[in-house]
Amino acid sequence: MNNARDIGDVLLKVEDISLSFGGVQALTDVTFEVRAREVLGIIGPNGAGKSSMLNVINGFYHPDKGRITYKGTTRTKMRPHEAARQGIARTFQNIALFKGMSTLDNIMTGRNTMMHRNFLWQALYLGPARTEELEHRRAVERIIDFLEIEAIRKTPVGRLPYGLQKRVELGRALAAEPELLLLDEPMAGMNLEEKEDMCRFILDVNDEFGTTIALIEHDMAVVMDICDRVVVLDYGRKIADGSPDAVRTNQDVIDAYLGVSHD
Amino acid sequence: MDLMNILFIAPFLDMADAPVFLAEVVISGVLTGVMYSLVALGFVLIFKASGVFNFAQGAMVLFAALTLVGLMERGVPVWLALIGTAAVMVALAFVIERVMLRPLINQEGIILFMATIGLDFLLQGVGQIAWGSNVKVLNVGIPNKSFEVGGILLNEFDLFAALIAAVLVGVLAVFFQKTAIGRALRAVADDHQAALAVGIPLTTIWVIVWSVAGIVALVAGIMWGAKSGVQFSLSLIALKSLPVLILGGFTSIPGAIIGGLIIGVGEKIAEIYWGPAFGGAIEGWFAYMLALVFLLFRPQGLFGERIIERV
Ligand SMILES: Nc1ncnc2c1ncn2[C@@H]1O[C@H](COP(=O)(O)OP(=O)(O)OP(=O)(O)O)[C@@H](O)[C@H]1O
Ligand SMILES: [Mg+2]
Repeated sequence: MNNARDIGDVLLKVEDISLSFGGVQALTDVTFEVRAREVLGIIGPNGAGKSSMLNVINGFYHPDKGRITYKGTTRTKMRPHEAARQGIARTFQNIALFKGMSTLDNIMTGRNTMMHRNFLWQALYLGPARTEELEHRRAVERIIDFLEIEAIRKTPVGRLPYGLQKRVELGRALAAEPELLLLDEPMAGMNLEEKEDMCRFILDVNDEFGTTIALIEHDMAVVMDICDRVVVLDYGRKIADGSPDAVRTNQDVIDAYLGVSHD
Repeated sequence: MDLMNILFIAPFLDMADAPVFLAEVVISGVLTGVMYSLVALGFVLIFKASGVFNFAQGAMVLFAALTLVGLMERGVPVWLALIGTAAVMVALAFVIERVMLRPLINQEGIILFMATIGLDFLLQGVGQIAWGSNVKVLNVGIPNKSFEVGGILLNEFDLFAALIAAVLVGVLAVFFQKTAIGRALRAVADDHQAALAVGIPLTTIWVIVWSVAGIVALVAGIMWGAKSGVQFSLSLIALKSLPVLILGGFTSIPGAIIGGLIIGVGEKIAEIYWGPAFGGAIEGWFAYMLALVFLLFRPQGLFGERIIERV
């Protein structure tokens, strides 16, 4: 745990969020906050509504009800490219990389929100746009070094093993220099060594850049290890919210997990 | 035995007998093929970036050519008419995005396809109302003299057309591979959701691809129009680009080019050497036959992405 790091004010607050798909109630009156510079864990059994919550935060899903307050502005819904421009970056449970493109190009797309020259300049690939492209390229090379993926720089990501794809996807999210990083099961399907690497990257990002992180994870050991605070969802409702230790001993949480298989 | 001879032996003997003539047939096929390629290219651009099968690509070719001729008939100098028509095609892309793509966002592909059928009728109608429906002569000053190289008769216009097409494809390749916006276009073509998550505005991207497809349509319109007059039948070449797409794969730019060339050359050769055996007019259906064969044996086309069923 990173108790030394000072946790700041509320960066994001979701209030009374409800979301349904036809007959399925994915989220019911969920309220919680994410504070600046903290690592927040979101846990819960399969189908609890964790991914749906991240999708509401970055605007892929529009809630039926509730409010989202991000950096002091309250909205009833986000829009994905607006969320991206406001500093929210994310990874997906089922990796969503550009499979035909190289590692480098994938991470370069993460810089999209930071490209300032207008499209015409970019199209012509002239003058200032070219200089800018080179600057972005340098930033991306730093991320590639940081994630230790120099060797696969030019490889089309569709050909990479799963663990490396997850790493590239993290790289693409980092390229946006986000204030809020949403990670949907960043360690799913990884072996122990890969998990340790990923934990290290997440903590380093949080430490070095003060990036606020909200992550979904099924591996309890990992959650207890790297999260400052944990929110627990079950059947679309929040059933607990507190320090990892408090949550672990919470009776509702124990009941929710009892007899419920999770991977 | 006689049939075998007509189908499998005589045509090749004819080819060997007159190599210069064969070369001329191939070259004329290549040039027709370049035209097919240009139309197919417009299809591929839009299909890659927005998953929309644009039935109206042929109508866009006609519309661009009609606009160009219309402006020139009113005394606008060639260069200005070209810029003006390009501007009209870009404006058209804006309108299409606003009134057709945006309201239909997240709809099934088939619904968007039907919308483009509507667009097809609309463009043909509006084009002809605005500029008239008689056959028009398009003369943008491309040289059109014939000359001989090693006994083979060549035409300046045809060479010019091939050159323009090559330059266009080269520019597009650089645009797609080297620029930030090209990268954004590839990203959108690859995964819409992920593209949104990294903040690529889909609507802007659509305007850009439809604009580029519009400009490609203009180039195709100029070439076909200058060769055979600007008329309603221009929009029918879109039908020929369907087999080109099946051959080349719907998502491959090189595929569109090579598919176009294969069909262009293939149908000319078939017409000249096998035409008599079939009583002529093979050129009309050869492309579709070839496409059918491809559908049976290689449905993803020469360069298309492998279709792997997810289970
Ligand atoms: N796009 C969608 N369309 C229909 N139903 C959906 C959709 N997304 C989620 N759901 C439903 O909402 C509920 C919550 O799903 P969600 O993916 O948020 O759960 P989760 O907590 O992320 O589960 P897991 O641990 O399995 O990833 C499930 O019942 C799911 O089937
Ligand atoms: Mg999930």
